[in-house]
Amino acid sequence: MTIAIPPTSNKKSDQLQPNGWLRYFSFSLDHKVIGLQYLVCGFIFYLIGGLLGSAIRVELASPISDFMARDVYNQVLTLHGTVMIFLWIVPVVNGAFGNYLIPFYVGARDMAFPRLNAVAFWMIPPAGLLLISSYFITGAAQSGWTAYPPLSLTTPAAGQILWILSVLFLGGSSIFGGINFIATILKLRRPGLKLMQLPMYCWAMLGTSILVVLSTPVLAGTLILLSFDIVVHTGFFNPGLGGNAVVYQHLFWFYSHPAVYIMVLPAFGLVSEILPVHCRKPLFGYTSMVYSIMAICVLGLVVWAHHMFTSGTPPWMRLFFTIATSFIAVPTGIKFFNWLATLWGGRISLNSAVLFSCGFIVNFVLGGITGVMLAQVPFDIHVHDTYFVVAHFHYVVYGGSVFVIFASIYHWYPKFTGRMLNENLGRFHFLLTFIGFNLCFAPQHWLGLNGMPRRVAEYDPQFTFINQLSSAGALLMAISTLPFLWNVVQSAFNGPIAGDNPWRALTPEWLTSSPPPVENWNGEAPLVTEPYGYGVPKEQLDKTGTSNSDHRSSGQ
Amino acid sequence: MSIPIAILTLVLGMVLVLGGLWIGQNVNLLPVDASANAPVYDELFRVLFSIGAILFLGILGLVVFSLIKFRRRPGQLGDGLALEGNLSLEVFWTAVPAVIVLFVGLYSFDIYDRMGGMVPLGHGAHDHQEMEMQQNIWGGIGSKAEELTTESNLAALPVEVTAMQYAFLFRYPRGDIISGELHVPVGQPVRLRMEAKDVIHAFWVPEFRIKQDVIPGQPTILSFTATKPGRYPIVCAELCGPYHGSMRSAVVVEEPTDYDTWFSNNAKTTVPEA
Repeated sequence: MTIAIPPTSNKKSDQLQPNGWLRYFSFSLDHKVIGLQYLVCGFIFYLIGGLLGSAIRVELASPISDFMARDVYNQVLTLHGTVMIFLWIVPVVNGAFGNYLIPFYVGARDMAFPRLNAVAFWMIPPAGLLLISSYFITGAAQSGWTAYPPLSLTTPAAGQILWILSVLFLGGSSIFGGINFIATILKLRRPGLKLMQLPMYCWAMLGTSILVVLSTPVLAGTLILLSFDIVVHTGFFNPGLGGNAVVYQHLFWFYSHPAVYIMVLPAFGLVSEILPVHCRKPLFGYTSMVYSIMAICVLGLVVWAHHMFTSGTPPWMRLFFTIATSFIAVPTGIKFFNWLATLWGGRISLNSAVLFSCGFIVNFVLGGITGVMLAQVPFDIHVHDTYFVVAHFHYVVYGGSVFVIFASIYHWYPKFTGRMLNENLGRFHFLLTFIGFNLCFAPQHWLGLNGMPRRVAEYDPQFTFINQLSSAGALLMAISTLPFLWNVVQSAFNGPIAGDNPWRALTPEWLTSSPPPVENWNGEAPLVTEPYGYGVPKEQLDKTGTSNSDHRSSGQ
Repeated sequence: MSIPIAILTLVLGMVLVLGGLWIGQNVNLLPVDASANAPVYDELFRVLFSIGAILFLGILGLVVFSLIKFRRRPGQLGDGLALEGNLSLEVFWTAVPAVIVLFVGLYSFDIYDRMGGMVPLGHGAHDHQEMEMQQNIWGGIGSKAEELTTESNLAALPVEVTAMQYAFLFRYPRGDIISGELHVPVGQPVRLRMEAKDVIHAFWVPEFRIKQDVIPGQPTILSFTATKPGRYPIVCAELCGPYHGSMRSAVVVEEPTDYDTWFSNNAKTTVPEA
């Protein structure tokens, strides 16, 4: 397959596409423009979702429901979950970095289906606006981001229907993106580039996209059935009409558990790109990383019922899903040990990208450990639907994915804009985020174990102090976005010029100008067969300072 | 300053394991244990907490150590070691977690069995009406204790639980009592048959370490044996509407004589809300 485009069509597309800043507001077909559109759009929704999260923490600073009305509280928590998952993490770790990086990594000039790509992005802003505006027009959905019937059938219908429409749009966008990534990775590779020579992020996106394409349609079908139940009073999930409320949970989690992997697998891939560059070492265990990703994909599809251990599930089902879920720890563990081995004996630059990546490792390990605990039925029966679970998944999706998003912004910002970010501000941002995040969510483990259920606006007064501690952490997290925002805006105009390759990286996105030209390279695309060819043999190692590169004890 | 690396690693590993075990055994994060299930649960929690503490502290230590020890110093321009993999190391850290996970899985299966999770849900249905209903029961926890004590004439106390927005109602078929609080005697197995009127709720007693969703249209079963007299909160743990946070009740665990007094005072009469 060849990716050469005749020069005539080249010029034509130049004329049709706006140049300058205007192209970021246009139906641009350039994968880099679309990637940045995803990123900025996602970040705006992150600020909105963060505001909603802060409102929750303000309400929970006191044990009584005093900050907002109870039904408004449920609307806020529903919006917070939906915005953060469907409008921030999924579009950014997949759409933003995927669109920007995948064509570079496979040596292509754009995605396989540029128009589909633009359509996928432009479904997101209207869907997001629909979701947010539902709060002002009719009152937003009140049944949580899980929308379990019969609750979702009995809460005000208009908000729930707008929620379903919005999630359907976002799911559609995600499916379009997934198809595009699979086609690009498998079919647009530069001649001579083998699959096992691809950067790890390509494998992560391939695995993620397979999960997206297999599981998102199930969510779409389920939500359409739910909307029938709401609008025309069918009885799929309505026990009053002979339906079955538990079937919805099975269908919902068949998508929504893989959705966790849709949020973290790309993050795993991004960390695998960032660490070798800044540690000046090859990625440790490339082959086992690839197989781990594929194992996570396969296992990720058969673990959904662990969200339903206290629901209507028979004992045999509880046991099967315990074992299957626990085993995901094995491939995930392989990846973490490989990253630790990548750090070991490196020449690590302690910059913001590395700090956020290492923060991710620490947070995600804690989230993973509580995940294995939660997989055990007898353990889960006590803590299911409590703040222990809230803490667990924030460690996974915030401590995991969001930390990686920040690491990636620090790493690729010079490529996006051609200018460097301020590293001291970046390290300050990391410090505030890391402390704030852990202060906010670590105490919630204790709250859950001791009897505080999730999704409540009021709670037993004995939990007041720990909740206030958690709220203080949330305040710190909110403050931590300020140095980041200042840094990103200020550096875009006044940052030092980055040059083509400030990190001395080997992957193909750095082998072009910053920012790269339309169609990525002037001239032929480079063939990079060793994306992680860093490092020197032991005898040539620069011995200044220290070097005890005995890797024996990294086995812990 | 010339302690061999291997010995240092071994000592650090032992300190880590002992430290993790100490934390797991001595840091108590759980509320008081007031049911026969709870000590079994706490045993599992301590094992999981110990393993988790060892892993987390070990990895945290490795990350911090690597960042300090292998940081780029001023003037260092060279790369790190060109090390792309190590098969035996990779086999090691695939096999060890697999063994740990398998152990944890089998162990928690054993705990689940001891908590009564594998007891058939229809078990303990004594009257004909309940026998008919057992086909419809969808989930829950039976009781091991119940199995053991039926022979010693201490039959399970059946209670019917109805959950609705935003209250639990407890009906005692023997005596036809309806109460807003659950009264149970110490040491006697209790068998809750639960059903919701409107949306899904969940019955949770943190001090008993048990929880079960209460689902409209599908009865669920929950059995437990209270072991410590006292008053413990019953919490709804499934989002059920705006007043979800205030949907709470209490279980009152009493000495058998006190319970009998309460029972005979209320039997055959209807108490709307306690």
